[in-house]
Amino acid sequence: MTAVPDRAKRPGPTIVTRLMENRHLGWAALAVGLVAPFVIATPYAMNIMTSAVIFVMLAVGLNIVVGYCGLLDLGFAAFFAVGAYTSGLLATRLSWPLLATVPAVIIATALAGVIIGGPTLRLRSDYLAIVTLGFGEIVRIIANNLEVTGGPSGIYGIPGLFGAEAADPVVFYYAALVIVAVAVLLAARLGRSRLGRAWRFVREDEDAAEAMGVHTYRIKMAAYIAGAIWGGLAGVLFAAQLSAISPASFTFLQSALVLMAVVLGGMGSTPGVVIGAVVISLLPEILRDLADYRFFVFGVLLIVMMIVRPQGLWPHRSRETARTAARSGES
Amino acid sequence: MLEVSDLRLAFGGVRAVDGLTFQVGANEIVSVIGPNGAGKTSAFNCVTGFYRPTGGRITLNGTDITGRRPSLIAARGLSRTFQNLRVFGDLSVLDNVRAGTHLWLRQRVFDVLLHTPRYRRSEQEATDEAHKWLDFVGLRGDRAGLVRNLPYGEQRRVEIARALARRPSLLLLDEPAAGLNHSEKAELLGLIQRIRDLGIAIALIEHDMGLVMEVSDRIVVLDYGKEIADGTPAEVRDNPAVIEAYLGREAGPEETEEVRGARTD
Repeated sequence: MTAVPDRAKRPGPTIVTRLMENRHLGWAALAVGLVAPFVIATPYAMNIMTSAVIFVMLAVGLNIVVGYCGLLDLGFAAFFAVGAYTSGLLATRLSWPLLATVPAVIIATALAGVIIGGPTLRLRSDYLAIVTLGFGEIVRIIANNLEVTGGPSGIYGIPGLFGAEAADPVVFYYAALVIVAVAVLLAARLGRSRLGRAWRFVREDEDAAEAMGVHTYRIKMAAYIAGAIWGGLAGVLFAAQLSAISPASFTFLQSALVLMAVVLGGMGSTPGVVIGAVVISLLPEILRDLADYRFFVFGVLLIVMMIVRPQGLWPHRSRETARTAARSGES
Repeated sequence: MLEVSDLRLAFGGVRAVDGLTFQVGANEIVSVIGPNGAGKTSAFNCVTGFYRPTGGRITLNGTDITGRRPSLIAARGLSRTFQNLRVFGDLSVLDNVRAGTHLWLRQRVFDVLLHTPRYRRSEQEATDEAHKWLDFVGLRGDRAGLVRNLPYGEQRRVEIARALARRPSLLLLDEPAAGLNHSEKAELLGLIQRIRDLGIAIALIEHDMGLVMEVSDRIVVLDYGKEIADGTPAEVRDNPAVIEAYLGREAGPEETEEVRGARTD
């Protein structure tokens, strides 16, 4: 048995494939985001674009859980809420600057990830989905009933990201854009590491992963905590943007929309999920002219897209590139 | 190396494994054979932690591993393949084998997030290791593509490469020849011997008697969850209890000859 790998000639990648696999694509996407305010900078447009950017962060966080690790989470808004409330409470009740709340938010959401993940991650697929759905509602109902969280009216008067005075929507948009761009990059890098591979092994076959020494429970917990932190930090941005938060922002619909962005874009694919999130958050605004029919059209468009392209708008590439597959000294 | 003593496993009233005792020494190839339903795979699943045995004791390299979870047993130096092929079909061939590096590859979150040279080196190390074992098992075909797209025999090789990338001291192979054609079986035989030459002990479940007789240092025979023989291939071949288990009572000389000739597939 000779060990000569067969490097069979295969047809070269198409232009579209090469474009989609370009390493500088992330910079191009960031450039689009940077240029956008020069095209349209009305307060209304800035508001929508900022929301879209925050939504990208949420989707990228959920992508770690659902896309990389294959854990169907129907209560992701819980982490969004924990982040927003932690930050909002510390900023209003204790007058912390918003940026100073970030370490506390990371700790709080990671803790929430452990508390919610602890009992649920022993379950598989359908059961996990149902239990996360329950936890998502529990978090919202707690926020709705506690006095410290302001009950149904929530918290208001949350300062901006850089204090109360710098409230220019364009400045906030750029700040959010840069923060989210870094968050997207870091999530993608996690996905391309030993840990990210372990997530995919768990998604593909838990038993085989376990046999190769992957402690599946801990690995799933790591995905859950990472997703929770990303979701929580999106919550900080959300609180800073609106300066007021209430339980009504963290309903099941919000969880479902984020999941929709992940599935629509392409599970496990960073560019896919970013595009999915932008589409989900901008499409209803673009369709605003249709007035009462817009959510009807929105729904129909989603159904059509999933039928035409079930793998997502920009699916995770299945082949490895020559760069990642090369031995030392080969590339 | 591996010591299994009085292993018992019951599903309700069914005693799948009923007091099995055997050892695998360092650098030894031990085959576990027996008719279908004899409890071979159940015993393997107890050893690797996928089933919790109802009785008995399993030690690996001197550590008690009875009832531990599979990943912790794997961390002790054991690696396995599966009877019905458990590769990660939707991942690349290289990623499948990189799974074997999970236990020893070290990466810090800090290095991963900043893509430091240390991160790059560790990723390259994992890739090189994967190539090394794919060379070793003689994989023909595309390594950057999905495992799902490879023919069955090549997928088997990927699974063995994955188990080897773990750098195990003991390798459990569960019916590695199942579904392979004649020449692939011959290559498998050579591969098993080359794995042993690396200093890795091997426990093997196999129905192909030709392969078993050729490659084994010792053979353990199971029937109805009980061990009925343990010895060298020559001893086992002539053991009346083994002949009876395989061929039924009062085997004629002709049928005994068939076991000698050693082809049951």
